[in-house]
Amino acid sequence: MKAYIAKRILVSIPLLFGISFIAFVLVNLIPVDPAEVILRISDVYPTEEAVTEMREQLGLNDPFLVRYGKWLSKSLRFDFGATFTNNNRTVAGEIARSLPATLELAGAALAIVVVVSLAAGISCALWRNSLFDRAMRLLVFVGTAMPNYWVGLLLMWLFALKLDVLPTSGTGGMKHLILPAVTLSLTYISTYIRLIRNNMIENMNEEYVLYADARGLRRKTVIFGHVLRNSLHTCVTALGMSVPQLIAGTVVIENIFAWPGIGRLCISAIFNRDYPVIQAYILIMGVLFIFCNLAVDILHCLMDPRLRRAG
Amino acid sequence: MMFLSRLARDRTAVACLAIVAVVILAGIFADVLPLNDPTKVNVLAKFRAPSAKFPLGTDHLGRCTLSRLVHGIRPTVLLSLVTMACTLALGTMVGLVSGYFRGTVDELFMRTCDILLSFPSQVMILAVVGVLGPGMMNVVLANIVIKWAWYARMIRSSVIRFGDRGYVLFSKVSGAGTPFILFRHILPGVASELLVLASLDMGWVILNISTLSFLGLGVQAPAPEWGAMLSEAKEVMGRAPLLMFVPGTAIMAVVSAFNLIGDSVRDAMDPKTL
Repeated sequence: MKAYIAKRILVSIPLLFGISFIAFVLVNLIPVDPAEVILRISDVYPTEEAVTEMREQLGLNDPFLVRYGKWLSKSLRFDFGATFTNNNRTVAGEIARSLPATLELAGAALAIVVVVSLAAGISCALWRNSLFDRAMRLLVFVGTAMPNYWVGLLLMWLFALKLDVLPTSGTGGMKHLILPAVTLSLTYISTYIRLIRNNMIENMNEEYVLYADARGLRRKTVIFGHVLRNSLHTCVTALGMSVPQLIAGTVVIENIFAWPGIGRLCISAIFNRDYPVIQAYILIMGVLFIFCNLAVDILHCLMDPRLRRAG
Repeated sequence: MMFLSRLARDRTAVACLAIVAVVILAGIFADVLPLNDPTKVNVLAKFRAPSAKFPLGTDHLGRCTLSRLVHGIRPTVLLSLVTMACTLALGTMVGLVSGYFRGTVDELFMRTCDILLSFPSQVMILAVVGVLGPGMMNVVLANIVIKWAWYARMIRSSVIRFGDRGYVLFSKVSGAGTPFILFRHILPGVASELLVLASLDMGWVILNISTLSFLGLGVQAPAPEWGAMLSEAKEVMGRAPLLMFVPGTAIMAVVSAFNLIGDSVRDAMDPKTL
């Protein structure tokens, strides 16, 4: 198993390089000269000499790979430079300021996803084809076809405008968190209800369940101690992969509910053509994705005794 | 065609295909249909309730909602179809070349796919749109860039699977050219899987494109698009909730139709359900 984990970690390294390279190349394709932008926001008229000097100062005339190396070593120290819109603000500072809000939102959504889909998925599997199961199936189907920003708008309309029980947008306490977190979680809930339900049903038909029943174990022990435990392997994997997706998925939700996280930061950066921010966002998300992937694989390996023994 | 006759017996599939066909035709002929001008502003007629002249009422600028909905089919549904077609074409090309010739080309393409697939798709879309700037063409491009790798992977593995079948080897021995073998022998074998995946992905593409327009990164005002309409409706939802229900329902209906078609096609293709 140790060999497997070591191999898995080694495989991630070229991927990390690949992602940093993409983030670097993408932003280097832009038709804007960073030297000119920096002069503009420092209120210096970009004359030809000034631009040339600035380019030299920023090292923009270095060979491509040298620039990549420099950028990478700076990024590893979380130094992404100044933003294009305001010279006094660093990209790292902007991200550090908005990341907690996004993590709070994604964390709340993840908690809702786990609790609701576990409860609903188990119930659906236990009472298969009951009214509840069929209602859930309809809900799951509708849930995958509804754009989540529309769901957000509908929830906002119903709970904030019609019933007036929750605030429409902004931050400040639990009440503000409910609508965005629920909206964000809905897409994933419908995926996981189906996943847990089908996994459990599949496991219920296995022979070990028959054996457990034959041994006279209580139904509760069989379901929760055996079937659920075996069904959770795949769910944990899928859930781990959903974590970065949840964080990336906050982009739309944050814009609807005026939630001051990195999703909103990224969208406003796109509109303002603030390329260093976009670059940092891509890099952070890519790295997060790879790390979650790695963590899930290792966790999966630890959870499954068959894999644990194989290594 | 066995597959077609089985699909024709599936009532859900037929109904969904009909819905999709009507929507596509309405989108193509939006200019010819007897509709109001979708971009004509009439401030005096704003927030009208549904009437004979405006069957779905008017929006905050007095524009006809029905007309905007029908004209919005073009960017929302038709451009999604174009996106899907390009994705399929690119993915198929790369997959065929990769799987058939193997070697260095294959390595190069597959490592590119690895990196593309290791990014979460939403982030990749934002990255492409962020660099190219907002706009419908860039949104379409971004969707193609992130999606082709899935198809290339799938087709490559199918090509490798079919590549050493008897009929392919026979064709090779009897002197058939590579393009002939690829398109006449190998592609038909892959087509069924491709069709299922493509129809399931259509819904995904529609959701993506409308989401980006909702954020203001896709279609630019005043052009009608379902996501953009929802974004405008958000500002006036207290006064005119109908403006919010109409485009949302349209998106949901079309996406469900595509999802159901995908499921039915898969069932009709699957010999196990015979």
